[in-house]
Amino acid sequence: MAAATSPGSGQSKPHAGVALDASAIDHAALHDADHTHVHVEPIPWKTGAVGAVKPIDRDTSWTPSAASPAAPAPAPKKQKDAAAMAAAEKAGAAAMESALGIGTGGGVPKKKKIDPKLPGSGIPARKSIRTLVWVRRASQVGFFVLFMYFLFQTGFHGSFAAKSDTPVRLPLPVEGFLLADPFVSAMTVLSTHTVYRGLLWSVGLLALTLVVGRVFCGWICPFGTLHHFFGWILPSRKGRGALRVEANKTHDRRQNVKYYLMYAFLLASVAGSAIGGLFDPICIAVRAIGLGVIPGAQYVAHRGLGAVQDVPVRPIQSAADHTQDALASAVWGSHQFYFHQTWLIVVLLIAILFMNRFVPRFWCRVLCPLGAFLGVFAKFALFGMEKDHAKCTDCNLCLVNCQGADSPQGGVKWRQDECHMCLNCESSCPEDVIKFRFLPNRKSALSAPALQRRTLLATTAAGAAFIPVARIADSLDVNYHSKVIRPPGAVEERAFLERCIRCAECMKVCPNNALHPALFEAGIEGLWTPILIARIGYCEHSCVLCGQVCPTGAIQKITEKEKLGLGVPPVKIGTAFYDHGRCLPWSMQTPCIVCEEFCPTSPKAIWVEEVEAPVRDSKPGPAGEQPAMLQVKLQRPHVDPSLCIGCGACEKVCPVQDQPAVYITSVGESRSKSNVILLENTNYNQKS
Amino acid sequence: MAEKPPANDEPASGPPSPMFERPGRREIVKRIGMSAAVLAGSAVVGKALWDQGGFGASTSSAARQVRDYRLKDRAPDHAELAIAKQRDGEPEPSAEQLVRRAIEAMGGIKRFVSRGDVVVIKPNIGWDRMPIHAANTNPDVVGAVVQLAFEAGAKKVVVADGSCNDPNRCFQRSGIWRKAYSLGAEVVLPAEHRFRTTRMKGEILDEWPIFTTLVDADKVINVPVAKHHNLAKYTAAMKNWYGVLGGRRNRLHQNIDVSIADLATFMRPTLVVVDAMRVLMRNGPQGGNIDDTKVMNTVFATVDQVAADAYGATLIGQHRDNLPYLKMGHERGLGTMYWENLKVREV
Repeated sequence: MAAATSPGSGQSKPHAGVALDASAIDHAALHDADHTHVHVEPIPWKTGAVGAVKPIDRDTSWTPSAASPAAPAPAPKKQKDAAAMAAAEKAGAAAMESALGIGTGGGVPKKKKIDPKLPGSGIPARKSIRTLVWVRRASQVGFFVLFMYFLFQTGFHGSFAAKSDTPVRLPLPVEGFLLADPFVSAMTVLSTHTVYRGLLWSVGLLALTLVVGRVFCGWICPFGTLHHFFGWILPSRKGRGALRVEANKTHDRRQNVKYYLMYAFLLASVAGSAIGGLFDPICIAVRAIGLGVIPGAQYVAHRGLGAVQDVPVRPIQSAADHTQDALASAVWGSHQFYFHQTWLIVVLLIAILFMNRFVPRFWCRVLCPLGAFLGVFAKFALFGMEKDHAKCTDCNLCLVNCQGADSPQGGVKWRQDECHMCLNCESSCPEDVIKFRFLPNRKSALSAPALQRRTLLATTAAGAAFIPVARIADSLDVNYHSKVIRPPGAVEERAFLERCIRCAECMKVCPNNALHPALFEAGIEGLWTPILIARIGYCEHSCVLCGQVCPTGAIQKITEKEKLGLGVPPVKIGTAFYDHGRCLPWSMQTPCIVCEEFCPTSPKAIWVEEVEAPVRDSKPGPAGEQPAMLQVKLQRPHVDPSLCIGCGACEKVCPVQDQPAVYITSVGESRSKSNVILLENTNYNQKS
Repeated sequence: MAEKPPANDEPASGPPSPMFERPGRREIVKRIGMSAAVLAGSAVVGKALWDQGGFGASTSSAARQVRDYRLKDRAPDHAELAIAKQRDGEPEPSAEQLVRRAIEAMGGIKRFVSRGDVVVIKPNIGWDRMPIHAANTNPDVVGAVVQLAFEAGAKKVVVADGSCNDPNRCFQRSGIWRKAYSLGAEVVLPAEHRFRTTRMKGEILDEWPIFTTLVDADKVINVPVAKHHNLAKYTAAMKNWYGVLGGRRNRLHQNIDVSIADLATFMRPTLVVVDAMRVLMRNGPQGGNIDDTKVMNTVFATVDQVAADAYGATLIGQHRDNLPYLKMGHERGLGTMYWENLKVREV
């Protein structure tokens, strides 16, 4: 296939030396007029079909006048186009040969230098694009690092500089990524009809999307970056080359799933539950990394460095010691955190990361409801792609590097709503086919997915129906699990479910490791919502950090005064009860009252009754007679339910290890008007 | 193995098929040798790691463990219990003045801290309370002791405690972190890795995790706060060593008096400086209500932990006879509960 044999050899480089001429544009326009936007347009010179791809972009790669001598002039236009395309293809091959140094060597294009290291025609991408690709990588790394830094800072580390009366708050907006998340905003707007505080920031992200498309997915999203990384590092030998190209083509059925999910979750929000947070990528990242990966790494580091500390060499010991100190102060805090039943969260994270082996960025393309939500708005984006299909040699380099599976290749229409704006396609295209620009023509772009109307209806109906199904499965008012103890400042349970996105920020920030993701304690709808497990950690009396980081107001931003009840009733999250059969002073005549000591309220909700009680000596008498009876002075603890705030400090410190003799349940929580004990807290207008 | 020429030593009975060829002698020896080596290796490993089961109750000698930082000298011309309090007609003295006066009466800080010492100061930073609640040691008292230690030429001054509430919160809100840090002391929070299991061999406290920072020192100064304790009635110096323990300290309360005595037996500080600037009179040890506190503007110093607590108890109207741990300490020879018999000097 030498260039000389090509019928179009009158012009040595018909595809690359782009010369706009008026007739070509007319020609394109002419064709485009009767062109209907079919979603996938096969490349005719590959399929063997007769008829040329319409030069639907302005930029055309050949001129009809150059092609026409090869074909009879009066021939139908379609044939002429075909001939022209054949010529273009052959010339492309020739260019490749010449690039490789085999060919006879034609003229070099006017503007662009051919880079012999690049495949195909070797036309390098625009400098701006090549730069932007690196800017994008820097942005991804930067935002991922920022996200992790915020996650490490989601916890109170104390400060040597703070005064004793400085209110304890986090200095950084560690929940920032969630505040910028418009899917979270949309869910809570639909469920509560308000935009809670910092969630207004998400409008900024929408604005960004309206200008430059799903830049968030490709440039910012830390979870997306994680998938980008694993999609790059994980594929097996099978996942490279042609199989990877195949995986990166648009698969509508697969990729539409995220839209169905997104609409289902939005309808669930309308029905009164922000359950979509289970699938929000930022929520998943915080939850899985914050509750699983970081404590896991902490465990490993603690074990490993602990072993090193036992090496009887001073410098090694002190190095291990200092490493532990640095990690404790900068990364995870001074003691090991545990999270109830997080195995499921971690297993799902690993599974979803592993899917990258088969389909790169499986999560982003198939499941991510935030991506789908941004995709809806990307339709209006001012920045987009134009393609010159005619120049495409079908080398598939764009597809090898494509992140969104958004059909960057020639011959098909670009899917604007799927594109992550990573710019890899233009950067890797050696044929000058792909151009990103502001206000592109939309001739080779599709901006909305082809959703199946019935599937859409079915899934959204399922989303809306799930909530009543979950709600009638038990009564929120009278038969709710007594161990569903919500964080201080949490709103009433229905309002709570309208707001809680299960982002786990509150669990991560809790200094005492008190908050945990519920498995099924709060019903199926309450999966991974925060509950307090006092046995692992109690609610620190003057701490209000969980409300500070809650992005949606499921936990309100209360102040210390409100929580402690200075001038107002204190925030109660439950009430303590004694199990007299297990309590040491009550049943074993042994002094204890650690619970009373730790009770933080003033006056203390736990008060002690001084008694003298008989107790049998544990040793038999000298002649083997029955042990003598003795008298001991004891302090027996009682709870004053009107003072108890349910913080669980008593339960935490009770020395009866396995099943404490004092425990808290949710009754008496101040957020509920029905879950009460005392007359004065009862609201008779509330049905139960 | 690489293909070999057909073995002709023992020809197969059937047709000579290369598939049924026997391995060579060298090959056989090698294979048997390999299996024998693996077997021997597993036997060696198994023998080395063999656990014969049982609980293997430790039978080490039951001598009590002591961390002793006391001075060896007797200084007859100095006070044995120095009480610094507001004098009549004196404007309200600062905590630093009182600390200086008390330690001066004890012979001056140079008697206790030598040049180049690593000095560990153990205040009470147990609770997430502010100085006004008097549940933790007053930061100014701690600061004054830090300052004095540096003045005596200490190489390093460490301030540490094992808190009850979240340590970050306790250290920050007690004001001690800021104060000690600003004076150049190293403030060490009780991180998990700083605890080592140690056999104390006390009467009831045997094997417990010990906060190593508090014991890795040349000199240890106990700087407790005098306060009410609902179970033990009054606590300060001896009970302050609860902060040296990790693990589930909540069990100690079942026998709080022996626990306190055991801890005071284990930790023998160089000096005790008790903060009674503001004293929690009831609802101890945590307090939380300013009305429960009383301003006393007193600091007292001694080397005798038992005497310190016996005297301190009088401040909140308690008597040594009601505090069994004092009697135990007295009987164990840790000090004297009859503080009046010491050389007491009020300054």
